[in-house]
Amino acid sequence: MANLLTARRGRLRWDWTDWAAHLYLVLGTLVMFGPVLWLGLSSVKSESGLQAYPPTILPYEQARIDVPERGTLKLFHVTQGEHAGQDLAEVRRLGLQSQLVDPANPGTLIRLPIEARTPVMRLHAAWENFTDLFSQFSFARIVWNSVFITVVATVLTLLVNSMAAFALSKYKFSGRDQVFLLMLATLMIPPTIVLVPNYLIASQLGLTNSPWGVIWPAVATPTGVFLLRQYMLTLPDELLEAARMDHASEWRIYWRIILPLSSPALAVLAIFSVMWRWNEFLWPMVVLSRSESFTLPLALNSFQGELTTQWHFLLAMTVLTLLPVTAIFVVLQRHIAQGIASAGVK
Amino acid sequence: MGALQLRDVCKQFGPTKVIHNVSFDVPDGSFTVFVGPSGCGKSTLLRMICGLETVSSGEVMIDGQVANDIPAARRGLAMVFQSYALYPHMSVQQNMAFGLENIGTPKAEIAARVGEAARMLRLEPYLSRKPTALSGGQRQRVAIGRAIVREPRIFLFDEPLSNLDAELRVDMRAELAALHRRLRTTMVYVTHDQVEAMTLADQIVVLRAGRVEQVGHPLELYNRPANRFVAGFIGSPRMNFLEATLAEVQNGLVVAALPGFGLVPTNRLASSLQPGAKLTLGIRPEHAALAEDGVVVGQVGLVEQLGGMSTIRLDQPDLTVQIAGQTGLSFGATVRVALPRHVLHVFDEAGLALPAAPAAPLAT
Amino acid sequence: MVKLVAALYAALMNLPERPMKWAQSQLSGGRLGWVFVGPNLAIFAIFTFLPIAFDLHYALTGGTQLLPGDRPYVGAENFASLLDCTDHFDPNSCRRDLFWHGIWNTLAFVGLQVGLMLFFSLLTAIVLNGRIIGRSFFRAAFFYPVLLSPVVVALIWKWILQREGLLNAAMEGVGATPVNWLLDGNWAFFWSVFVSIWAHMGFYTLILLAGLQSIPAEINEASQMDATRPFRHFTRITLPLLMPNVLVVLVLGLIRAVQIFDEVYVLTGGGPGSATTFVVQYIYKTGFADQVRQYGLAAAASLLLASVLLVLTLIQMKGQGGGKQRG
Repeated sequence: MANLLTARRGRLRWDWTDWAAHLYLVLGTLVMFGPVLWLGLSSVKSESGLQAYPPTILPYEQARIDVPERGTLKLFHVTQGEHAGQDLAEVRRLGLQSQLVDPANPGTLIRLPIEARTPVMRLHAAWENFTDLFSQFSFARIVWNSVFITVVATVLTLLVNSMAAFALSKYKFSGRDQVFLLMLATLMIPPTIVLVPNYLIASQLGLTNSPWGVIWPAVATPTGVFLLRQYMLTLPDELLEAARMDHASEWRIYWRIILPLSSPALAVLAIFSVMWRWNEFLWPMVVLSRSESFTLPLALNSFQGELTTQWHFLLAMTVLTLLPVTAIFVVLQRHIAQGIASAGVK
Repeated sequence: MGALQLRDVCKQFGPTKVIHNVSFDVPDGSFTVFVGPSGCGKSTLLRMICGLETVSSGEVMIDGQVANDIPAARRGLAMVFQSYALYPHMSVQQNMAFGLENIGTPKAEIAARVGEAARMLRLEPYLSRKPTALSGGQRQRVAIGRAIVREPRIFLFDEPLSNLDAELRVDMRAELAALHRRLRTTMVYVTHDQVEAMTLADQIVVLRAGRVEQVGHPLELYNRPANRFVAGFIGSPRMNFLEATLAEVQNGLVVAALPGFGLVPTNRLASSLQPGAKLTLGIRPEHAALAEDGVVVGQVGLVEQLGGMSTIRLDQPDLTVQIAGQTGLSFGATVRVALPRHVLHVFDEAGLALPAAPAAPLAT
Repeated sequence: MVKLVAALYAALMNLPERPMKWAQSQLSGGRLGWVFVGPNLAIFAIFTFLPIAFDLHYALTGGTQLLPGDRPYVGAENFASLLDCTDHFDPNSCRRDLFWHGIWNTLAFVGLQVGLMLFFSLLTAIVLNGRIIGRSFFRAAFFYPVLLSPVVVALIWKWILQREGLLNAAMEGVGATPVNWLLDGNWAFFWSVFVSIWAHMGFYTLILLAGLQSIPAEINEASQMDATRPFRHFTRITLPLLMPNVLVVLVLGLIRAVQIFDEVYVLTGGGPGSATTFVVQYIYKTGFADQVRQYGLAAAASLLLASVLLVLTLIQMKGQGGGKQRG
């Protein structure tokens, strides 16, 4: 503790560099986090609230009032004339004239020029942006696709990669080192490069427009094998030998001893895998072309193309897409940072 | 010149006070060792002296000048770190020259000083090597060389030998002692190893929990420990402690009652203590003697034969006796142990040593 | 809940017990290892090694057929067509002008994005390594965008940069003229670079911060005792010791930047015109988005891109090897 406080750079007093550093960080945080906050605030604005320019920071919407026999009407504040200062409900607008009533006395129509009244705004979070997504679009289906792909691909990734890592770290067989090198070499082949032939293979295997078309190519990751192998190398071989003395089968040694002991590394890989699959864009876009098989990023992309005017839905959808990742980040922030720092992968 | 004075120095980290009103002097040219168990604050104290740590209150004075606000680099001190802290990407030569380059020393002088230090520390063959290509002892010497070329007023050492193996440590100890004889520069040295402290120091500062327990020459601490802690910390094997009570006062001297064994006369002044007061008797294993008329009777629990000397441990009471030469005693044998009065230490209930009688002759 | 997961795990993992036991009885020594690496290897073979071979086949054949057997052999025609220019510095003089727009845009993007990102992530890492109140909060804030989907990143910024967006409102607020950020070629390119730095900077900051924190405190203290001035301390002590991490950041950043696609594609669609069209977008467009799918051209462009990535990866491996020796 003592060292943390004072050892760095050894300056003993708070000087201008400390102020500059904190200023930089505060401004940086504003740039890094501000846009996300703005997205969040915007996503609960009503359709009309989004069209306000310049935009308001908090979500506002025009107040409405129930007037007997006339229904729900928009509320206006009168600024000129004999009714100045009153809040009146608008029955209808005719050109530059507005017909209003006093909600307390709905029988009498009051005519005013439109510039004599301003809308009464009130704070209102338009949660219906979110609920309407599910009722007006097959949004649940898209969320399900994303969740299914993320969960299944992550489980399979952990299983397949840990099996390979187990063999590569705990068995001696001829060709083992070559296999390891071959797997490392695949780090050099990013998916972008093999887009065309992978599409051929996926279509020949009948995987297009199926979540499995996204899952299978993603399950074997060189990063995952490497990360897990390095971790398993640190587990003592005596553990395996002791288990063999206890007549455990090799498969049992793998899932009862090695896997539980590797849980820190598995957790890191699981977090990575969830991020990768949840956020993946280019490959799913190639392999999934029907909208009912879309994942969230694909749906977002097509949505922004088709419905540029419907920002209130698009923003809500964007928020729903970043929410799970944000939740994971808040809970596991420390582990993610450590995992990345130690593995040097993303 | 290189005298150091500490006046009521305190250190606080937030609400925790780790150094409490420490005051002592390090005379110019001395070899002063801070010793104490881990966590006693000795390294913090050293870092406050060199300026890597602020002083919360009190004064650190170097050559009579208050140094609290002088930055580390300008105190004219040089530090040898526990991990050596050599710059891993620089050669031995560059490591030693770096600090001199920083203060704009002329090239010719840098070369001369580095050459001299390398010769003194037998580093000449390694000047162009990187630290990773050196052994532990060589790295240690480079770290010392880096301090020497700065020609500091005071050398500071932070547990410099703790990363070396036992044999090398003994050699480096001798080299450090030789270096001090030769340079005559003040050295302040931190260690948790009391053997290092005893062999190197001409002044030892014993610290515990951020407080100075005793300051003095090594033999003074051995012969006249101020309290039970110093008595137990200095000397190896450790001093034996036996719980007793004050039976009576004879001619002002304590006669202790050792429960189960009887009366033990001592050379210590009772001062204001009343009979019945709780006491602790202290006797070093090398001073306790096997004797027919010994006051303590016990059974041998363990015998360690080292050839040149032997250690005999009794279980009841817990007492270790060290004798020269070899012994025929074995486990279970009954022995009697004498506690000679002139080497017997007595501590009061608070752990403070009772003063020895002034005229008491050291030899009986 | 925990019990349920544990039971499920045990039940599932017990399933392969018998076949694996049988395999164990058949294979001596470490050869059982092949059974364990098998699934991984098979997936690699199908989705990585096989495609590379096919890539070559596609690149050397023409037509619009997907099935390799139906495609006529055209030799180096695809490569020749991609590289056919009267002046390589002028994309409009090229037969595949979009490809060359992509190449020059990608080069400019890589230079700007990697350079600026290295600068800012180094600056941020150094600041975060200092005496900072709330260090972990700031570190998290800078890292957070790394986790976002590129599509989300693009939409967040599209919302801010649109004609009636937050940025223009702020500009008008201070009396400046609003700009149609994404409809102006130069501005669209600038925002592509900016958004991609915004999205990835936290990752590189973290790598550099880890490097800074692995420099022992005593080294910095020794330098302090040596009266090293701050700037000299940075250039002579910190930077040399951080070099392995800087190299990792540089090469990883280059590899990623060369493949830029997702966030820019959603943000600008490659436009206006071809101002933000990059090589990967050309590959995607030619192979999958155009009316006539020219798989051969896309594969040939992929292979050209792959050769660049190969060189970068080899540099990285060499650099990491050097870093390990030093450490």
